[in-house]
Amino acid sequence: MTALLEARPATRTTPVAIRPQRTRRALDALLTGVGKSVAIVALLVVWEAAPRLGLVDATFLPSFSTVLGAWWDLLVSGQLLENTQASLARSLAGFGLAVAGAVPLGLLIGWYKPVATVLGPLLEVFRNTAALALLPVFVLLLGIGETSKIAIVFYACTWPILLNTISAVGGVDPTLLRLAKSMNLGGFRLFQKVILPAAVPTVFTGIRLAGAVSILVLVAAEMIGAKAGLGYLINASQYNFAIPQMYAGIITISAIGVLFNQVLVSVERRFTSWRVPVGA
Amino acid sequence: MSPHISFRGVTKRFPVKGTEFTAVDGIDLDVARGEFLVLVGPSGCGKSTLLDLLGGLTSASEGEILLDDVPITGPGLDRGIVFQQYALLPWRTAQGNVEFGLEATGVPRRQRAERAREFLNLVGLTGFEDRHPHQLSGGMRQRVAIARSLAYDPAVLLMDEPFAALDAQTRESLQDELVRIWQRTGKTIVFITHAIDEAVLLGQRVAVLTSRPGRVKEVVPIDLGDRRGTGDPRSSPEFARYRHRIWDLLHDEVTRAQQLEKEVVGR
Repeated sequence: MTALLEARPATRTTPVAIRPQRTRRALDALLTGVGKSVAIVALLVVWEAAPRLGLVDATFLPSFSTVLGAWWDLLVSGQLLENTQASLARSLAGFGLAVAGAVPLGLLIGWYKPVATVLGPLLEVFRNTAALALLPVFVLLLGIGETSKIAIVFYACTWPILLNTISAVGGVDPTLLRLAKSMNLGGFRLFQKVILPAAVPTVFTGIRLAGAVSILVLVAAEMIGAKAGLGYLINASQYNFAIPQMYAGIITISAIGVLFNQVLVSVERRFTSWRVPVGA
Repeated sequence: MSPHISFRGVTKRFPVKGTEFTAVDGIDLDVARGEFLVLVGPSGCGKSTLLDLLGGLTSASEGEILLDDVPITGPGLDRGIVFQQYALLPWRTAQGNVEFGLEATGVPRRQRAERAREFLNLVGLTGFEDRHPHQLSGGMRQRVAIARSLAYDPAVLLMDEPFAALDAQTRESLQDELVRIWQRTGKTIVFITHAIDEAVLLGQRVAVLTSRPGRVKEVVPIDLGDRRGTGDPRSSPEFARYRHRIWDLLHDEVTRAQQLEKEVVGR
């Protein structure tokens, strides 16, 4: 057998060798695609099958197709859009304010070591206080309107950004600082040319965490006192026993969360392209 | 002619846990203009401290270092440092890293790009201008760092074990290249190493330091004949002779350094 295979002319083996390689690459791509979606598909299959087979009470967990139907109705009636808009506006406002405020503040605190030493324990306390525990305080001080909701999102988003920015400044490669010092680069130029670009990746980690937090906290806040928003939609649906609608609200929130994270990841990639091997 | 660099009784002490630790002690050494001087010594002999002092990153406890008869008081662009860990800005391309030094000196933007290309060419990196450090090999990274230090035209090049992290082949080719660059640019180079071969190959003079505290034990002039020769200087009998000479000088110091280290650990 082997003797026969080896005896084949070389001209014939070349195209034969290329074709399986190409097919294998396509197969590999397909396999990764399948591999990545297999868990989600499995979850949906179980979700669809369990109520239908009577494994769970269909009243409390309607099948996935029922939920999709309810989702479509909400979309057509415009309710979904209205509530999503309300949620996104609050979420993005709080998140945006936190980015605008916490990044510069974190850079300042990180740069002035004594300030970081003094404020460190205080920041640690705030960070470890669950933002939602403070929700009643925010409502007490700012009422149940938009202000208190944006404020709680802002508050919750501030900590991951602030702490990551502070550690980003502290974590700049000391060799680069020595280099800058040897070149007599000081003050603002050192900050602009070395510290700031070196800090970007870690700052973005904080921003991404804050992105997740902004949706998490907002939904909870909307469940307590709101007339619109996805949190309100979920809560109100549950009160009215519109269970499919409740699940429709929940999957909308997951989708928004995943999407928001993807957006932040791609922004991060743009800013830190030098870290990802390009074309390698 | 007065020396380019002159160490006069340079001593550096660091406070360590309430006591004082003397890193270098009473260094007297002159470096001529355009000379290639190598400092060699056992680990922990204060080689890097000497370089920090030269670079103006720290100041001497006693004595002074004169550069063109003027005492060094701080860092300056008249000295370029090449670090062992390359110290490249990872977010900048090779070109951008070379330009970084030029920005510090205030060279106009258009000239910067041109100068950076010119010096990347000098270190043999034409065609790699747009690569980021993570896309370059260790040897190439160090070439970029050398180009960066040369581009802003310092009078002195200070090199702190620049080839220590490279593999043997890359190290050899960079050593040859450095000699070529030195001959072409005529810079004064102070080169620190713990490798005897490297010291003999590169230095016109090799200053052997003692282990803690660092003192100059002996300065050995090296003459390997014409360095532009095509033969392998590493295999010549003179090379072996110099190598053995410096090995002899260092041997006791290395033993002593190990003894000292054991004492410190055992304390």
